Amino acid sequence: MKNLVASLRELAGLFVEDGALALAIIAVVVVAGLVAALAPAASWLSGLILLCGCLGVLVVNVATAKRG
Amino acid sequence: MSSGRPLRAGPVGGHLRVTLQRDYCMISLHAGSAVTAAFLASLVEAVEALTIVLAVAVVRGLRPALLGAVAGLAVLALIVVALGPLLDRVPLNVLQIAIGILLLLFGMRWLRKAILRAAGIIPLHDESTAFAKEEAELREQVQRHEQRLDWLAGLASFKAVLLEGLEVVFIVIALSAGRGVLLPVSAAAFAACLLVALSGVFLHRPLTRVPENALKFAVGVMLSAFGLFWTGEGLGVDWPGADLAIIAFIALFLGTGLACVALLNRRGAAAKTAS
Repeated sequence: MKNLVASLRELAGLFVEDGALALAIIAVVVVAGLVAALAPAASWLSGLILLCGCLGVLVVNVATAKRG
Repeated sequence: MSSGRPLRAGPVGGHLRVTLQRDYCMISLHAGSAVTAAFLASLVEAVEALTIVLAVAVVRGLRPALLGAVAGLAVLALIVVALGPLLDRVPLNVLQIAIGILLLLFGMRWLRKAILRAAGIIPLHDESTAFAKEEAELREQVQRHEQRLDWLAGLASFKAVLLEGLEVVFIVIALSAGRGVLLPVSAAAFAACLLVALSGVFLHRPLTRVPENALKFAVGVMLSAFGLFWTGEGLGVDWPGADLAIIAFIALFLGTGLACVALLNRRGAAAKTAS
């Protein structure tokens, strides 16, 4: 059981290492998705949110990273 | 990229030729960047797996190392055979969103780590250190479980090949989904793995001279760009320039990543001067 949990944790670790980064990316996608659903005619706005959101999340995350 | 023939805008035939040529260029562009990303990512993953397999071979001999690696490859093949047909049944936009989000998570995780390593915030990944660590762990296990040595060593090799291989499989599927480039992308990944395996066979030591952080930086940039593109496509975003947008995203992620490294380096230097 312990081995299974450890393996599952390693598998999840392929995508999520820094929880804050993963949550922020998901949040950006959710906001872009909501905009796409509410205003399908303005798909460019969803694209802009995705692009600026992902780049912004990256910059903020590395800028606030602590020395390890 | 193109056939080399001049583009001539004739009436209907000319228009068709221009359209076909443009579509061909788009497919080549997409395939080219996907093949490069798959090759580089697979190279990094294969080097990491090789380090552990070699450590197992050094501690317990070639047999458990190879048996574990072959078992890992067999499980990987089973996963591909089982999941492959299922992917065809998933609606394209759902597949694009799911793969796009996973690529964003995966690519931005690599990019973040590569930026922090390049800026000296976290230590660089060193294959000789990873090799020594794995070797020490195995030797410690040897002392604790004398009777299960080969089994434990084989399991370490199996886990390394399976986990790193899963990353390769995911990258191949994600980069080729719905674009008809599965064959070239798979071939690139296979070539990278074969290259690393052959290097391991001839060198018998970890590949420490591979510029892993630079490769991770490049792959993180490319996977993040593909992830952004796919997620947008899945949400119905009509990207300007269609597939050409991927190149713009690559440039944007690369520029942002390099700017972050420069910023963090300057901040580190300023902090050192102040103290």
